[in-house]
Amino acid sequence: MSKLLTISPSPHVHTSDSVNKIMYRVILALVPALAWSVFMFGFEAIRVTLLAVAACMVFEFLIQKYIMKEVPQITDGSAALTGILLAFNVPASLPTWMIVVGALVAIGVGKLSFGGLGNNPFNPALVGRVFLLISFPVHMTSWPVTQHATVDALTTATPLALLKEGVNAGKPVSEILLDLPSNLEMLYGNMSGSLGEVSALLLLLGFAYMLWKNVITWHIPTFVLGTIFVFQGALWMLNPENFVEPIFHLLSGGAMLGAIYMATDMVTSPMTVRGQLIFGVGIGVLTVLIRNFGAYPEGISFAILIMNGFVPLINAYIKPKRFGGQK
Amino acid sequence: MLKTFKLGGVHPAENKLSASKAIEKLALPKSVFIPVAQHIGAPAQALVKKGDQVKVGQLLAKSGGFVSANIHSSVSGTVKKVDLAMDSSGYPKQGILIDVAGDEWEEGIDTSSTLIEKFEADSKKIIDKINAAGIVGLGGATFPTHVKLMPPQGMKAEMLLINGVECEPYLTSDHRVMLEKAPELLVGIRILMCALEVKKAYIGIENNKQDAIAHLKELTKADQSIQIVPLKVKYPQGGEKQLIKAVTGREVPSGALPIAVGAVVNNVGTALAVYEAVQKNKPLIERVVTITGKSVANPSNFLVRVGTPVQQLIDAAGGLPDDAGKIISGGPMMGKAIANTDIPVTKGTSGILIMQDKEAKREKVKTCIRCTRCVTVCPMGLEPYYLMTVSEKQIWENAEDHHIMDCIECGSCSYTCPADRPLLDYIRLGKGKVGNIIRSRKQ
Repeated sequence: MSKLLTISPSPHVHTSDSVNKIMYRVILALVPALAWSVFMFGFEAIRVTLLAVAACMVFEFLIQKYIMKEVPQITDGSAALTGILLAFNVPASLPTWMIVVGALVAIGVGKLSFGGLGNNPFNPALVGRVFLLISFPVHMTSWPVTQHATVDALTTATPLALLKEGVNAGKPVSEILLDLPSNLEMLYGNMSGSLGEVSALLLLLGFAYMLWKNVITWHIPTFVLGTIFVFQGALWMLNPENFVEPIFHLLSGGAMLGAIYMATDMVTSPMTVRGQLIFGVGIGVLTVLIRNFGAYPEGISFAILIMNGFVPLINAYIKPKRFGGQK
Repeated sequence: MLKTFKLGGVHPAENKLSASKAIEKLALPKSVFIPVAQHIGAPAQALVKKGDQVKVGQLLAKSGGFVSANIHSSVSGTVKKVDLAMDSSGYPKQGILIDVAGDEWEEGIDTSSTLIEKFEADSKKIIDKINAAGIVGLGGATFPTHVKLMPPQGMKAEMLLINGVECEPYLTSDHRVMLEKAPELLVGIRILMCALEVKKAYIGIENNKQDAIAHLKELTKADQSIQIVPLKVKYPQGGEKQLIKAVTGREVPSGALPIAVGAVVNNVGTALAVYEAVQKNKPLIERVVTITGKSVANPSNFLVRVGTPVQQLIDAAGGLPDDAGKIISGGPMMGKAIANTDIPVTKGTSGILIMQDKEAKREKVKTCIRCTRCVTVCPMGLEPYYLMTVSEKQIWENAEDHHIMDCIECGSCSYTCPADRPLLDYIRLGKGKVGNIIRSRKQ
């Protein structure tokens, strides 16, 4: 026989899924929310997103090629995804140079300093976002008025910030809520905030798409959002004048964005369902604590980063249920 | 809801191209190479020498111990030599090369197709006959069947499980046996039940073989002792432990044999061979083999004499396709890639799969993104990503602590990995090393 045959160990077939497909599917899942933010914030949303994506990809390329001396892997979609998520986590009015700095921190510090995709303990986009929040608190909390608002102002506050301000001033929650968007408005996205977090509904649509394509499983988002609902619900039942009802917290701020797209980052979340339960509950509890008792009105980014830090520990101690393992 | 095993599993494209093709007899080859080790355990000892005349069914090599099996001639003719030749393992193995002349059978073998239902209900005699006939597990593992029928002291079988799952993609030989040889198969099952002294047998069949399920249900309507269990299609359901879990809900403890939960599992092909051995006096000299592949002109199921070169099977199915890139003995999930087509069909060859060039190549390995899929699909509840890492770094104690020896090598982890990581390659390596360490510790 003249032909040389391939010899390799089994299995000889492979799923058609790949890392690239996973990345591009997450990006696709984010497109509806991106379109909504363009509708809400206009050209600024496009500027911030394109800039963040381009900066992340350029930094990844340069660092991999000239510092790490590797073949650049920017086509795998992970740098682009980090860029989109970074953009989604900042106000649409953020100055250009800050976005570039955020991208450098996200990719350079958050991702490549640990060795690149698969090796970073913390979610790179959140590393970038938290760096910006701590370094430039004014710019990072000046929210542009949406294009469709009737008020005559340039900046506004997010529902969570208004709530915190009111509670700190000693006003009862029922009174504060009169000035805030209704839950229905927050669900479809008529509020201000970070670029990508405004429409809970469209983020959920992306979630449904990712579930359908088996990109992620339902576990982490459900654990995070469920914990926020239960914990905040308990606080609300104890004292409804001091604490707002839980649905408000699910729909406001970055709860949906964080739970569905950031906490589920594969690299920085636990390997087993039981580990994911601990991880998700931890994020939910920390988020509610920070939002109600912390200095910042929003806390899910910190909560995710803190729980990211526990992932190696969780993986070391929480093992999958073994077939035939003695109980 | 259909029954299935709970933990892990994948569903690769089924590609059962030859499912509707009736079993055909393959023409006799010009020569056969019959290895003396076609089973798990000690090789058989050759009894013939160069120049000997042999008949079909004649004992060629005698079982080399308790866990071993007799080897019979599948053809009549002259022994050309007793020498080394490559088998599907890729290593030269001892075997008997026979030039075929005519088709003369040993006396006492019933070659008619008459169904004989009555048998002598004597466990010892049945097991002896099975042992003499050289029957091994035909699902691919080739464990000597008589050993399975003699549980260790203090253990008692409660039920017989017949494996008609055929969860490997492409393969259809068991499916055809269940459709075409059902009456014989059922007698074989009753003989096995008698040998084990059990009152109940279950035949587990995946739901993609509706016709086989319906046919066997019809034939066992009057017999309460044999129950057909349709199963959800999920790989690796044909794994012994997974099948037991799916059918009975019992979980074989780590490191234990199925008999620990009172179950003995045999493949449908094996049950048919048992029928032929006990009722027809016919040793295991031929089996049903699927020859298939996307580019194969005529994917089929053939009844093939043991020792027939794979090439002849390929010719009968329309020849080797131009775009053939890999030939696999067995199914695509657990089968072995073979180096050339001179390799013989043996007792454990359930199919020959010819893959196209483009299917044969592996993708470039990328970094693990910890997507958790290998953990999710592992039917043994292991952490393949971790086992691969420690095997790569040769940290054998960690591999042992994380139960690397529980791995059944089903390949679900490598199949599902989006980063194309060769998880099972490394786990196999680690299993070998850890197994050696454990053995050396016992000495």
